[in-house]
Amino acid sequence: MLRLLVLAPAAAGALAFLLRANAHRLALLVAVALLHAGLVLGTWTALPPADLDGHLALDALGQLFLTLLSVLFVPVSAYACAYLSHDTGRPNRTFVGCLLFFLSAMTLVTLSQSLGLLWVAVEATTLASAPLIYHHRSPRALEATWKYLVICSVGIALALLGTFFLAMAASDPRSGATPLLLPELVLLARAHALSIPWLRGGFVLLLIGYGTKMGLAPLHTWLPDAHSEAPSPASALLSGALLNCAFLGILRVLHVCVAADQAAFAQDLLVVLGLGSMGVAAAFILKQPDYKRMLAYSSVEHMGILALGVGLGGAGVFGALFHAVNHSLTKALLFLAAGNLLLAYQSKSVSDVTGALRRLPLTGVLFLAGFFAITGTPPFGMFLSEFTILSVAATHGRYLVATLYVGFLAMVFIGMGNIVLRMVQGDAPAPAASGHGPPSSHAPSPAAASRESWFLTAPPCCLAAAALLLGVWMPPGVHAALDRAVAAVAG
Amino acid sequence: MHTLTDAALVGVVLASFLALGTSRLTSCIRATAIQGWLLALLSVAIHEWPPTGHTFFIAAVSLVMKGILIPILLERAIRQASVRREVEPFIGYASSLVLGGILVVTAFGIAGRLPLPHQTSSTLLVPTALSTLMIGLLLLVSRTKALNQVVGYLVAENGIFIFGMSLTREVPLLIEAGILLDVFVGVFVMGIVMYQINQEFDRLDTRNLNLLKD
Repeated sequence: MLRLLVLAPAAAGALAFLLRANAHRLALLVAVALLHAGLVLGTWTALPPADLDGHLALDALGQLFLTLLSVLFVPVSAYACAYLSHDTGRPNRTFVGCLLFFLSAMTLVTLSQSLGLLWVAVEATTLASAPLIYHHRSPRALEATWKYLVICSVGIALALLGTFFLAMAASDPRSGATPLLLPELVLLARAHALSIPWLRGGFVLLLIGYGTKMGLAPLHTWLPDAHSEAPSPASALLSGALLNCAFLGILRVLHVCVAADQAAFAQDLLVVLGLGSMGVAAAFILKQPDYKRMLAYSSVEHMGILALGVGLGGAGVFGALFHAVNHSLTKALLFLAAGNLLLAYQSKSVSDVTGALRRLPLTGVLFLAGFFAITGTPPFGMFLSEFTILSVAATHGRYLVATLYVGFLAMVFIGMGNIVLRMVQGDAPAPAASGHGPPSSHAPSPAAASRESWFLTAPPCCLAAAALLLGVWMPPGVHAALDRAVAAVAG
Repeated sequence: MHTLTDAALVGVVLASFLALGTSRLTSCIRATAIQGWLLALLSVAIHEWPPTGHTFFIAAVSLVMKGILIPILLERAIRQASVRREVEPFIGYASSLVLGGILVVTAFGIAGRLPLPHQTSSTLLVPTALSTLMIGLLLLVSRTKALNQVVGYLVAENGIFIFGMSLTREVPLLIEAGILLDVFVGVFVMGIVMYQINQEFDRLDTRNLNLLKD
């Protein structure tokens, strides 16, 4: 069962490289997305048994992120069908194939119960997603891909060193067990059988490694480039799903640290990195000339919030996990809406896009709603999760942290508001004006630019509805799932 | 086996210095190839004789991937790009060598302080791993050619792989093979991107990659 979840998308990815027609590949993509969602839904009725000697197992935390991944992948794959045919008409063999490999690798991340296997899976996500970023074949996309590959590979190499450090911490010549399985590491940690200096060193290295992948400042430099140059469906997955996978890696190690009574050490590091990321992102969002880069920096900000929430501990962990859910839904919505704007205006520059509400009414509304959701405005779910983290900071008496947190949130609100409101309001440029600039091969069919296809608007609509629902009424099942996931980190 | 292990470890450090001190890109690639062979030798020599099937398999895989396939791949990439030398590194060759020496001394200093929970098979193992890692990172940041950045990544990864050998128990086969496969595919993808960089800019220089900034 668990093997099937990983192998089915991988096999479909290989099949996509063999299929001839673009349409067949897209049909395969949607079919696999639905199959994956069905299998994930099945895990909620009964947890599947562990596989591969306990290396593959689904726990509450993994299940939360796996479900989130699947919930995101279905609308994004539907959107990708329409987007790819409107975009360039280029053969989508590599794109669809790598998208499916990417799904397989991210699924493996959520299922890994061994730090070694987790590392292998996270590195595989980098390799599978690099060709997605290079889909447009432009010099800018090339630069983004190179930076992504080199910076993330080196960062993740350090995570491998950290993994070995942890194995060293657990190393005991008398017992014969594999020291990289998480449940065993946690048991050893509870029994105070881990060597603390190695554990601390391992945590720092793993935090640097997976923090690079998660986009925590100052290790985020690849993120704005990669997320802005990738085609929009890929950006939505990179921001909404991949960053969560790296976050999951950090949570797994944090769990070991908490069990070994080293929570304070780990949490202080997370708070510092979290606030730093928020500050850097806020500074770059103000006056950002490129709206996809703005969204990418917003991801850096929200990863900072996740790190901060977990770093504060207590109810902050619940806030952070809830925030991860909200962020994935909202950021995917925003990147998909931004993709529609990009198709219509053929420019990522804020100054070229005006009057989105008139030209693309539904996309304009979605982009605006996404902006309010992502900045934590009620009634969206993100307001609740951001408020939870704030109240934890206040009740723990960490007023400096709370002040900086609110200050950075306000800066981001002003910066993004300034950009988004200017884009959606006003008059749309005359059709002639929108035609200049892009090379003729990139020009969309006039029909695509003037009317909004259902395939391009329905997926972000679903995501927006979900983000709104979580703010108005949290289904009891979601609450219970979050509570169980919190217990898997802090328990 | 100790003399063999120690000789191989010294060889790994010397190979990283070879990559550090040369401007010829083919020599850099050869240095990583040599490290690949030495890693294969080490993974056999470090465990008790006779080697288990697991040890033998890992040695064979790292020999084929790191010692043969990756060097061939990189050689092809530079032949297509017709670049021979790293012309203007950010840090000169003489200074790089001096820095490399300092890094090795630092690595020995750090390794002496680390509380090793058990006796590793060679006292040179951890210092070699750390100095190889640091020299790899130095190569990565001090060179401008895309190829040399890949070489730096490979050298750093070799250092980490050697560190993994210092664990008493073997890392499970699934994971060890997965790590090797990831590194191989990683270099393969980097090779493709290098080819595209060369097509796009007509040279393999990462200083051309300066379009994206805030």
